[in-house]
Amino acid sequence: MFDFASPLTIFYGILTGLVFGFLLQKGDVTRYNVIVGQFLLRDFTVLKVMLTAIVTGALGLLAMRSVGLDVPMHLKPAVLGPVAVGGVIFGVGMALLGYCPGTGVAALGDGSRHAIPGILGMVVGGAIFAEVFPAIQNGFMKAGDVTCNVAGAITDKITFADLLGVSPWLLAGILTVGALILFALLEGLGSKCAIKTSPDTPSGGRTTFASR
Amino acid sequence: MKLLKQPRWNPYAVGIGIGVLSWVTFGLMHQALGTSTTLPKVAGFINGLASSEHVQANAYYAKLFNADKGKVMFDWQFFLVIMLPVGAFIAAKLAGSKFSEKVPVLWSWRFGDSKLKRYALAFLGGAIMLFGARMADGCTSGHGLSGGLQLAVSSWTFFIAMFASGLITAFALFGKEGRQHV
Repeated sequence: MFDFASPLTIFYGILTGLVFGFLLQKGDVTRYNVIVGQFLLRDFTVLKVMLTAIVTGALGLLAMRSVGLDVPMHLKPAVLGPVAVGGVIFGVGMALLGYCPGTGVAALGDGSRHAIPGILGMVVGGAIFAEVFPAIQNGFMKAGDVTCNVAGAITDKITFADLLGVSPWLLAGILTVGALILFALLEGLGSKCAIKTSPDTPSGGRTTFASR
Repeated sequence: MKLLKQPRWNPYAVGIGIGVLSWVTFGLMHQALGTSTTLPKVAGFINGLASSEHVQANAYYAKLFNADKGKVMFDWQFFLVIMLPVGAFIAAKLAGSKFSEKVPVLWSWRFGDSKLKRYALAFLGGAIMLFGARMADGCTSGHGLSGGLQLAVSSWTFFIAMFASGLITAFALFGKEGRQHV
């Protein structure tokens, strides 16, 4: 039960944790105010970091797979009942703590003392779920399971490309363009423009975009 | 070296960095970035020290500790998680940061300076969050990042649910006025 992975895997884990923690701190997302500021729609650092990472990662993953490299997918089952309800519960806890699990653990290295009870709470929350799981594993935990026929096999480990029957490149393209438009708006690139909503009158009638 | 000493990097640059890190974890290590599975594993480990029968009889721990499927206690993600604060510490100290926070500014504006109150609610928040993460089978990294970049149906469902809920909770806790204190 309490075994170790191979030395190479452990080395890879150490390396990934170091780089990930380093980047999270440099990106300012190990700070309580930045995370809660995102939920209050005041500070968009979290969205900028996450969406850029998702777009970059998506394009790279698709590129590696399309040139035929052996890059397995790691999809989580689309059991939408527990995923959606779990997501809602998660959001409540995250807004209260002010960190997500990864940034909370990293915040420990960035001087946050209140991250310590937060992490202890996470361990306890995990333990509580383990005790609840046997009672719900065959009921609620299977609610809303969405399956697709992917390459001849029925599975719930699906992407939107499987669900919609379109190329993943198309979706990644839409995601990239959508992210770029959002970033442009966030950076206030449209703030000097205006839309004319009514004919010019002495009283005006021009609406300007407020970008922030 | 100058770059490493900067206290903050451009958020888009950091995002690209994390994206490239995910190429390496997917392509070279055959792993997806994630953190929240490790926390109930630690709980199971501690539980197991007290009563290994209890842990062995639990269906959830049986899923987490399945050596036949290569699921062991001290795996890739475990070492990732314990190195996260070390990476963040190095980044902070390279920039000469002396930051230390017991009660955040926004929190004390709304709920007062009590350390005990903040620590108790941080504990509660962490517990609620992880309960949700395990129900959803992932967190902001496993679902949000790794699942998001795979265009997974489950992960985008999680992402939207948790963002909407976090937004509502934050406004319920701090209100519109709280925005002035971030």
